[in-house]
Amino acid sequence: MTTDIDATAGKYLRDKYAIIGVGETTYTRGSGMTTRALGTWAIKNAMDDAGIPASEIDGMMSYSGNDSTASPMLAGDLGIRLNFYMDVQGGGSSSEALIGLAIGAIEAGMCETVVVFRSMNGYSQVRIGGTGARASVPVGGDALHAAAYGWFSAGQNFSPTFMRHMYDYGTTPEQVAMVKVIHSEHASNNPKAYYKQRVTVEDVVNSRMICKPLHLLDCCVETDNATALIVTSVDKAYDYKQLPARILGVAGRVCKPRIDMHFQHGPISTVAGYYIKDLIYRNAGVGPEDIQCTGAYDAFTFTSMLQLEDYGFCKKGEGGDYVSSGIMRLGGERPNNTSGGHLCEGYTHGMNMIIENVRQLRGEVDCYCPKDENDKRIHSYNYAPPEEGGGCRQVPNLEITQNLGWAMPGTGSSLIMRKG
Amino acid sequence: MPQGDYLGMTLTVLDLDQENLAYFQHCADHDFHLQRCVDPECDLLRYPPGTACPWCSSREMVWVPVDARGTVHSYGEVHHAIQPAFRERAPYMILLVELDTQAGEPTEHEALRVAGNLVDADGNFAGPELVKQVGIGSRMRMVFADVADGLSLPQWTLDEDAEQPEAPWRYPQEVNGV
Repeated sequence: MTTDIDATAGKYLRDKYAIIGVGETTYTRGSGMTTRALGTWAIKNAMDDAGIPASEIDGMMSYSGNDSTASPMLAGDLGIRLNFYMDVQGGGSSSEALIGLAIGAIEAGMCETVVVFRSMNGYSQVRIGGTGARASVPVGGDALHAAAYGWFSAGQNFSPTFMRHMYDYGTTPEQVAMVKVIHSEHASNNPKAYYKQRVTVEDVVNSRMICKPLHLLDCCVETDNATALIVTSVDKAYDYKQLPARILGVAGRVCKPRIDMHFQHGPISTVAGYYIKDLIYRNAGVGPEDIQCTGAYDAFTFTSMLQLEDYGFCKKGEGGDYVSSGIMRLGGERPNNTSGGHLCEGYTHGMNMIIENVRQLRGEVDCYCPKDENDKRIHSYNYAPPEEGGGCRQVPNLEITQNLGWAMPGTGSSLIMRKG
Repeated sequence: MPQGDYLGMTLTVLDLDQENLAYFQHCADHDFHLQRCVDPECDLLRYPPGTACPWCSSREMVWVPVDARGTVHSYGEVHHAIQPAFRERAPYMILLVELDTQAGEPTEHEALRVAGNLVDADGNFAGPELVKQVGIGSRMRMVFADVADGLSLPQWTLDEDAEQPEAPWRYPQEVNGV
């Protein structure tokens, strides 16, 4: 019946849901604990951040590559009774997708408030770089077309895409190295970051070659950690402690054709962002020109650049200029990965970049700036290193952020949020 | 079930994996074949082996011989090997070779781009002198590395009979002598 239709509902549930709490463990190499213990630690931090009791959470979702602990265990530990849970297979770009699915679960009446988490010993157990036990398994079936050629790790798999971009557009190693340089500047002002040392372009291009075109410092860090965030509807979101980060739009695990061998299709230096942009900007009702701060997944320096380019933050082929222009720097026009991201803060399959943008939108990024008597940060907006009197990483006057999640050149997700 | 040791790795094709069985059997015969869609409206080849036509969804196909020569479309050059089997072979190249057959079809950016390592004419992994000669634009021909009955891997070597570009495009920074 037409009278049942809520004509006030935003398109694609735009602005109807929010992230109300975020939390993480410390970023370590050698956590000395299970993914169950890490996961409960991160979720508890997110609950404390929001000020939400266990009794008001009834949904839980996670993703992993069989290297985590399932939701019901963590919920049980924390005294959360679940009306809904789902643990899926997935790595990078799953976080944004699960936020969309959490919205769907709530909208369908399956539950009311959902925790999304990722818990991983990415250094001390299942190594994200692919080394260790993972590298010695027999190769069969479809993997014969890749792993049998020593084409196995993420960096190896992506290298023809990265190399072809250099060939097609004249992108230089020094331009791309600026992604690491800038993220290292941001990480130096992040007390949580695993690598806080600022590096130079020379440091990057003179670091050990892993797989051309990737030097060691073009690759992300491997860490042990868990991360969590809490999604609920906007009508509940203001009942909790923090200013909600309102979700304008989401796109999840969007693919190029034939991702088992996407090198057959289209220009191989084009990535999934080319397809995502048409969904995410429609869903969110904004365009790249409205985005003030990005979280472009940096499994490698190149992944940030390729995505920013295909989402339309610059013209196709001009990604090298974009990332080396300084625009992505704190104090620049559109900072990227202000926490230091995967290259410096820690590797979480994308969750830490969303957490960072939630805190940015609150105006409460956890940098070295002091707090006032009401526990609010007094930001200096001085982005110099802390030892030079800086230590801030808050973006001023921030209204809209975008996360650009990456699984591989052929698959990605995106999330656009606004200040609540 | 074709199974064998290759560089210290166990490679296997399961008996129920009909698509890969046929693909690697043709390679074992040193006679490269790909699947061709039998729908006359489509008629396109595809790679890697699959269970339907990615261009028209037809499940009907036939294996046909394909001229296995082409041009390096892109590559990776591994200096820090991850798999134990490859540690002694680094630096080694992962080549993506665009076959002449069906290049630019069905659209200008589509092609059959077949993966493989750079090997010499005898099928041995390329040493640094050979690696230095190969980049985007190099003309390649296929050779086969025999692994077991019914299982050989296609690999790539420089095509001695083809005209090679004066300087194929290579990553600008030389490292470890390549």
